[in-house]
Amino acid sequence: MRDFDYHRPATLAEALDLLAGDDEALLLAGGQTLLPTMKQGLSAPSALVDLHGIAGLDAISVVGQVLSLGSMARHADVAGNALVRQAIPALAGLAGGIGDPHIRNRGTIGGSIANNDPSADYPAALLACGAEIQTDRRRLCADEFLAGLFTTALEPGEIILAVHFPIPRRFAYASIRNPASRYAVAGVAVAQRQDSTVGVGVTGAGADGAFRWAEAEAALQDGFHPATLDGLVVDPDLLLSDLRMPQDYRARLVEVMTRRAVEAALRGTK
Amino acid sequence: MVEITVRVNGQGVTREVPPRRLLVEFLREDLRLTGTHVGCDTSQCGACTVHLNGESVKSCSVLAVACDGAEVATIEGLGATGALHPMQQAFADHHGLQCGYCTPGMIMAGIALSRQGLPEDDDTLREMLHGNLCRCTGYQNILRAIRSGAAAMAGQS
Repeated sequence: MRDFDYHRPATLAEALDLLAGDDEALLLAGGQTLLPTMKQGLSAPSALVDLHGIAGLDAISVVGQVLSLGSMARHADVAGNALVRQAIPALAGLAGGIGDPHIRNRGTIGGSIANNDPSADYPAALLACGAEIQTDRRRLCADEFLAGLFTTALEPGEIILAVHFPIPRRFAYASIRNPASRYAVAGVAVAQRQDSTVGVGVTGAGADGAFRWAEAEAALQDGFHPATLDGLVVDPDLLLSDLRMPQDYRARLVEVMTRRAVEAALRGTK
Repeated sequence: MVEITVRVNGQGVTREVPPRRLLVEFLREDLRLTGTHVGCDTSQCGACTVHLNGESVKSCSVLAVACDGAEVATIEGLGATGALHPMQQAFADHHGLQCGYCTPGMIMAGIALSRQGLPEDDDTLREMLHGNLCRCTGYQNILRAIRSGAAAMAGQS
């Protein structure tokens, strides 16, 4: 790696100042994507601003019908947290399936969604639940925040503080992973929200990042059971394609994972 | 250069390092603790697994400067000379290694998993070991070693 300056600010204000003062500085959360990227020479920031020094950014809480995950909450923390397991158990399950145990001890939800890898699991859950992303300067809904392949609506110097999930009535996530990389080839999160609307968030598969499958949402809103998905197909042209996984096959996987997620949500494996 | 103080295997060490120094490089090159291995360039293999503040991490994917004030445990810190840690003994007893390259990482991963309680079924245990790759053994004896080591660790406390 090329060298860089390292800062570990104790306050959010300090962190914002550091970013404002250097437009080639990057934030460091868990580093489980950023450091490998820098090691491969694909990123060479002038400075890293480590967020671990700011107290409270990893807090997890439930207030009313909203589960809030601090941006620095690690995947291991979310997976093991009693509040998450009670409020949205399958979200704890989703976090517990990211990467491997070592990665889960460092990787964070803020880092994950800021990167918006098209195969990351969290974006599907954010879309399905209609989560809100709170930054140092505003709140964004997931649809707005996730803006395409490895792209978000974050402005330069903007810092994610928390992700707020309206607690759904039912929620599940089903995915099938590439056995080597362990990233989702097709991952579908389904949420029956408190107002009875349904969110279906799809990751792993979209050519432009995680997306909502509107047709499935409409069908499930009419009747939340797998049968309402019969005959619904995902447009293969919206999907990623590679040597092992042509679009048509990926479309079939998305359809199957959607079905499985609905079944799991009904079983109350939430 | 940044001065960091890290407690490694129970001993405080203070060194000056550039920010880009990885924890695995710090351990191997600054501290000459070469038991932790570098097996890949891509954060996949887990041969570099150590404990950071009691939790398993891939030391190739952590900066040394980020460990200022932290506790790090490596393979060298297990057991005493001539008296292997139960997990190390289990790997020897159950032929859980061949070339030994993944072994320090496997042992550190196995200890971390054992502390949390091993899953009953082997499929789940294999899943928990997805962060540690072995090219020699086919994993069967690694699973046996970890289960045996966990039982021995439990027996000791």
